[in-house]
Amino acid sequence: MILLGLALGLSMMLATPALAQDNPDPGQTELNGTIRFGFNQFFEGVVITVADSAGAEVGQAVTDADGRWNVRVPGAGAYRVSIDTGTLPEGIRLREGQEAVVDAVVDAGRGRAVVFAVGEAPKGTPFGERAAQTVFNGFKFGLIIAMSAIGLSLIYGTTGLVNFAHGELVTFGAVIAWYFNSSWGGLNLVAAAVLTVIVCGMLGAGLESGLFRPLRARRLGIFQLVVITIGLSLLGRQLIQLFFGAEPLPYRDFQVQKRWEFGPWAVTPREVTTIAVILAALVAVGLMLQKTRFGKATRAVADNADLAAVSGINVNRVVLIVWVMGAALAGLGGVFQGLDADIDPFLGFQLLLLIFAGVELGGLGTAYGSLAGSLIIGMSTEVSTLWISPELKFVVPLAALILVLLLRPQGLFGIRARVG
Amino acid sequence: MDFDIIFGNAARAALGPEAIILALAAIGLNIHFGYTGLLNFGQVGFIMLGAYGTSVTVATFGWSLWAGIPIGLFLALALAVTLGIPTLRLHAVMFAIATIAAAEIIRILIGSTDAIGLTGGPLSVSFDAGAFFDLNPYADGPQDRYGVGTFAFTGQQMWVITVGWVLVALVSLFVFLIVRSPWGRVLKSIREDQDAARSLGKNVFWYKMQALMIGGVIGGMAGVIDAIKTSGADPNGFRPQVTFYTYTALLLGGAATYLGPVLGAILFWFLREWIESFLRQLSAEAWLPNAVADFLEGSEGIISVAMVGLALVLLMLFRPQGITGNRTEMQLDAR
Repeated sequence: MILLGLALGLSMMLATPALAQDNPDPGQTELNGTIRFGFNQFFEGVVITVADSAGAEVGQAVTDADGRWNVRVPGAGAYRVSIDTGTLPEGIRLREGQEAVVDAVVDAGRGRAVVFAVGEAPKGTPFGERAAQTVFNGFKFGLIIAMSAIGLSLIYGTTGLVNFAHGELVTFGAVIAWYFNSSWGGLNLVAAAVLTVIVCGMLGAGLESGLFRPLRARRLGIFQLVVITIGLSLLGRQLIQLFFGAEPLPYRDFQVQKRWEFGPWAVTPREVTTIAVILAALVAVGLMLQKTRFGKATRAVADNADLAAVSGINVNRVVLIVWVMGAALAGLGGVFQGLDADIDPFLGFQLLLLIFAGVELGGLGTAYGSLAGSLIIGMSTEVSTLWISPELKFVVPLAALILVLLLRPQGLFGIRARVG
Repeated sequence: MDFDIIFGNAARAALGPEAIILALAAIGLNIHFGYTGLLNFGQVGFIMLGAYGTSVTVATFGWSLWAGIPIGLFLALALAVTLGIPTLRLHAVMFAIATIAAAEIIRILIGSTDAIGLTGGPLSVSFDAGAFFDLNPYADGPQDRYGVGTFAFTGQQMWVITVGWVLVALVSLFVFLIVRSPWGRVLKSIREDQDAARSLGKNVFWYKMQALMIGGVIGGMAGVIDAIKTSGADPNGFRPQVTFYTYTALLLGGAATYLGPVLGAILFWFLREWIESFLRQLSAEAWLPNAVADFLEGSEGIISVAMVGLALVLLMLFRPQGITGNRTEMQLDAR
């Protein structure tokens, strides 16, 4: 796989990037920047030349050990900055689409940062192999979305609540597992994940019985409920940030693993476990919905809660179990997502829009539809990186969401109903 | 603990440019949500296009600021049309999700390294707003301050504030006039029962589109003020939270009222800054245990935003009509 590095640290969707404008001497009219790859590789000895708009050279700089350079310019105006690509280290070149000459406008008395996006040269991986790998990554990502989506979908189905705070359940799972894994006793991540599932299930039970059941009794409108969950989402995210901090952190276990080779795929045992556990969970949920008395009751409540209640089904108990299950699965989804990309307070909210996209793509309220939708969303997100830069990959599922809404508002597997 | 400083900071935030931006965004959202019942959760997208349209026109293309402002507003209008055509027919909650998604798409594209040449990408874009400040009638020396204590503005800020609040007043008057017209009554009837409105021969889709366009352009104005105030724009300033703050302000003041969004924006910033300043003063108190002080230190902003979330929940539970609203107007079971 080609790793594309960026000259600046980039946030994915919601992480706060550290966009320090390197300005060692405030008040100087200058151009500056840092030549680096990712967060930890800085290139020394790269030559940068600055010319004025007439083409006359104004100054030249060589990057220091931290990859930094700066060129003072005589005054405000437009300048032309060029990088000598020959001075980049062996095997490193400008990122595709990055010009070696960049125009920049400097204000008087201010430093203006100029970016040269630098990436590693491709290692000659054939396209087919890269495609296979992205399909695998997308499959795994889609499964994580699907597992996190079960709760959202079932809670919507049984109570009509669109829970914008569902993403924070995912984040909560990832963060609690991190605490079990690191700060509180340093449990093995497997044990931590089991505890996380239990804690998240309890949280789900608490939210349902302490908050959402009383809210249903008050018969609030859809809008009020949506705004309440948005408020909860904001509150939850800020509280997590308050304790956990905004910096992304990894789990302690399973970070470095030897890859197994399967044909075109090179996969880590960690990824195989992720996929196996999620598939098992999805099959278990599916069987439960189809085969057990509880599953039948759930489907009855989803179909018509009043009718189900009249038939002797304890609706509140069904909803409670759905909440416990949904929250536990969301928390576990958070653990797997945190294992894949580091944990930060925005992990869940970032996933939430993709969960919505998956659920909507499949058709709101259709269980298998949201599984299929989530897989499509996961795959399209990852496979798109074959052609577009990874920082843009979340545009693809969001655009797919809007496109589906335009062409088939009921989703791929939903039933058409006119709404407005 | 110095309450003069706390109240001074809070009052400055409540009357400053931030409150003006929020008030304009909320007035636009009021047309969408308050009068038409549209759950627009992508208001930040309109603000962003207003801000970037203005900044990029001046910074990248080197045109005048007076060309940049209408271009920013036009982009907001264009977003309303392109967003409205596919999504206005959707179920309310799906519309909400689609609008969040659209605003996020725009933010990711504007903030990507591929867009550096146009929008500055992850680096913010900055431009020279001199054309606006040339008209500044306030003396703007380094020593000039208007106000008392921490409740004081510089000459430049005074000019932004004056123009901003005049704009808020004009836009509020405009909304007052259009909403009490027959056109406004159709909007409210769509909010209450769009099938009934349709059965009376009203083109519900077109009315919703007009509401989306007008509210979107007003959101764009918020972006223009933002761009002028900061002489630029930064993609990180346009996350989905901005929309949620706008909802908080609108619901606090009272949706579907003329002054609710303005009152809400002022109160929102007053309370948020009051809490933040109070916590900052509190964490410096000597009697506070060290552990608590360390915990508070640097977390004041996080806690004040958490309070916004809490306020949303409590508002919806106990006073969905906000301070000035009419409870029956807020009982819409949005479709």
